[in-house]
Amino acid sequence: MNTMNQTLLLRASAKVGPRVSLAIGLTVLAVLLALPLLHLLPGDHALHVSSYTLTLVGKILCYAVVALALDLVWGYAGLLSLGHGLFFALGGYAMGMYLMRQSAGDGLPAFMSFLSWSELPWYWVGTEHFLWALCLVVAVPGLLAFVFGYFAFRSRIKGVYFSIMTQALTFAGMLLFFRNETGFGGNNGFTDFKRILGFDITAPGTRAVLFLASLLLLLGSLYLGFRLARSKFGRVLTAVRDAENRLMFCGYDPRGYKLFIWVLSAVLCGLAGALYVPQVGIINPSEMSPTNSIEAAVWVALGGRGSLIGPLLGAGLVNGMKSFFTVALPEYWLFFLGALFILVTLYLPKGIYGLIKRGEQ
Amino acid sequence: MPTALYRLLLSLALLLPLGAQAGDALEFTRAGASEQVRLLEHWSASPTAERRAFLDALQQGRIGADGDKNPYVQQAGQWQPLTEANSDDNPRVLRLNNRLRGLLNTALASHALSDENAGARLDAARTLQRNAPPALLPVLEQRFAQEGDDAVHDALALALANLQLASPEAATRLKAVRLLGETGEPQAKTRLQSLLDGDEADPAVRKAAETSLAQVERKLFIGELLGQAFSGLSLGSILLLAALGLAITFGLLGVINMAHGEMLMLGAYSTYLVQIGFQRLAPEYLALYPLAALPVAFLVTAAIGMALERTVIRHLYGRPLETLLATWGISLILIQLVRVIFGAQNVEVANPAWLSGGWQVLPNLVLPWNRIVIIGFALFVVALTWLLLNRTRLGLNVRAVTQNRNMAACCGVPTGKVDMLAFGLGSGIAGLGGVALSQIGNVGPDLGQGYIIDSFLVVVLGGVGQLAGSISAAFGLGVLNKILEPQIGAVLGKILILALIILFIQKRPQGLFALRGRVID
Repeated sequence: MNTMNQTLLLRASAKVGPRVSLAIGLTVLAVLLALPLLHLLPGDHALHVSSYTLTLVGKILCYAVVALALDLVWGYAGLLSLGHGLFFALGGYAMGMYLMRQSAGDGLPAFMSFLSWSELPWYWVGTEHFLWALCLVVAVPGLLAFVFGYFAFRSRIKGVYFSIMTQALTFAGMLLFFRNETGFGGNNGFTDFKRILGFDITAPGTRAVLFLASLLLLLGSLYLGFRLARSKFGRVLTAVRDAENRLMFCGYDPRGYKLFIWVLSAVLCGLAGALYVPQVGIINPSEMSPTNSIEAAVWVALGGRGSLIGPLLGAGLVNGMKSFFTVALPEYWLFFLGALFILVTLYLPKGIYGLIKRGEQ
Repeated sequence: MPTALYRLLLSLALLLPLGAQAGDALEFTRAGASEQVRLLEHWSASPTAERRAFLDALQQGRIGADGDKNPYVQQAGQWQPLTEANSDDNPRVLRLNNRLRGLLNTALASHALSDENAGARLDAARTLQRNAPPALLPVLEQRFAQEGDDAVHDALALALANLQLASPEAATRLKAVRLLGETGEPQAKTRLQSLLDGDEADPAVRKAAETSLAQVERKLFIGELLGQAFSGLSLGSILLLAALGLAITFGLLGVINMAHGEMLMLGAYSTYLVQIGFQRLAPEYLALYPLAALPVAFLVTAAIGMALERTVIRHLYGRPLETLLATWGISLILIQLVRVIFGAQNVEVANPAWLSGGWQVLPNLVLPWNRIVIIGFALFVVALTWLLLNRTRLGLNVRAVTQNRNMAACCGVPTGKVDMLAFGLGSGIAGLGGVALSQIGNVGPDLGQGYIIDSFLVVVLGGVGQLAGSISAAFGLGVLNKILEPQIGAVLGKILILALIILFIQKRPQGLFALRGRVID
């Protein structure tokens, strides 16, 4: 009797499971689409969404893109990067340059006047144009990832070696950006933005558009990820992860595959950073600290690597809990995060997504 | 009443040198203000060994005079007459005005030039560099000719040259300039530079000054170079202490322990606790607390390391990336734990006297004792580790498991136990490193974070399973860091080093000293 019930239940859930997941996914999407519209409602309306909430969710959407990008290299190609914060911050800084120029008008950005510089450094040339800033958002993280990846994959650095090198890379970047002479505002970074493309950056309309752009970026990355994962390219990547040597014996050269996914991942991070900065209103070198990058790894681990939905879940959950803890129990956040790192790796090797999958079967 | 007798004898002994100078004292106390100036100037120019005790007492405010201007000296709170002629008045301390004080200092310095202690002579020469009157020239020349100690000799040369440079005669100035060239003092450089920039008319003196300047600069450059090499070695020894344990555990288990930096931190906090314990329980032995902290720190961190290995890391073997994340989680918890217990501020760990100060090697090169001791300590730890790995049963097992885990297990090596002990050893070494770090830097919850990336780079560069690799990588990175630092700045230096490491492992992906293996996945 009991066993029969169980089999019936299993069969029912196997049928229902994917549909339930799909339904939940669509609901979440609908809510996310509705949020910016509700933000446009007048402030005293019952359904009004505060700018704090919108910014928080928008921030998490950007983090979700980072998690997805990290999952592409870690979950599929087996390369754990502990330096994705660097690409994220570089994209953010490129966008920040444009925003600073917008605030400064024809003059120099404020922090340069404090350093009594008389003219812009050469790498600031053209940053008053939005399109050029967008090019930088893509090109700078992409180029850095290409150069680093080219050398790293050429000498077949992998595993923990690769992780450590990426961590050292973001650490070096942080030190570099902390210097005032580097020309990116040193310690304080960029802040006090006013306008983007001529629109007031704090206006509800602008916020709503930025939010929608982040959502669009996430959906686009997700679609790209799905296409890649289903393609032959994705299968080769998985083979790189599981047995690189055997793949090479079969006549494949894994370097190109790894380099492509690595650069793509970095570019996605850069784009996420570029959307993050105007919403949050600040970018400084601490975004490059190794701690931030390694935290991104726990989003992916918690959500479930090697799946595309998992990292999004992880990013949402961890950051949601972070906003809760830092307000309610700031002392205990690090204990919680630490325990999360340990418990997820010990007991949830496939993350929450793995749990859900098991439930469905 | 032996005590009273002793006291009497003691004061008599102390009085003897003063008694011999009763004439000087009487002369001084009887003199008017302008006469006292003349006296001090005269004494500066003709120092005698006997007068020194009187001048010392005068500077310490222990010389007094009664109503008849008879001199007295204060011994242990009591006024003792220095001459036969006593009146019944209570003596009053002799007050000196600022001018007299300055002259007294000069006079004391000129007397101290013949002190037995080289340090005192050096101090005296330094004082005279600043404010020697021309009348002192013969004294300085005589002392300069007799001086045996190099540092004092240099200092005297500078004092002498300072006087001679003011001379109207070109020949004397020439002599002074040549003299400056022979010293290695940083001030000699500024002195020569200002001479060249100033209005020195004599072409011969100018030319000599240029040669001397080049000479001095060369000497200073050597000092700087040695200083950089030393700070490089010092940084290297610290990196070595931080990375040694990491290299062992990485070689053995193939996992990176991100909580390794926190073992350094816990070692430093153990030192702090031991220091407090000594302050409370045995203040008389406080100077020895760093030595007592060594076993404590080792045991504490080794125990924590073994506990971590048994509870967390053991379950993650074969999944190095996950281990990295899990140990990162452990490090977060440890940092926050320390922050909650000890507070987020740095705690104060003081150097005992034998670790403070430094050894003056050259005029512009002082080597701090704590850094010298730490270099020695790092080498000592390496030697111990080498002995442990190469001369004991445990070391044999560790090496076997490092080379081939399965084969070692087949031969009956208890790999689980070896893993645990090796992890404890690695953590314990980090704890010892923490004791060393507590003596040269701040002790705070974030102490370990600053070292973790550098020590990883040491492991990456040095390769695993070989002590020689770690040693050469640590010292190489340390020295390279310190050589690059003054040229292009600390930050760009670090970035350059990272780039160099990336290029280096293009050539040798397994590090400097690789174990040859035949295993492929």
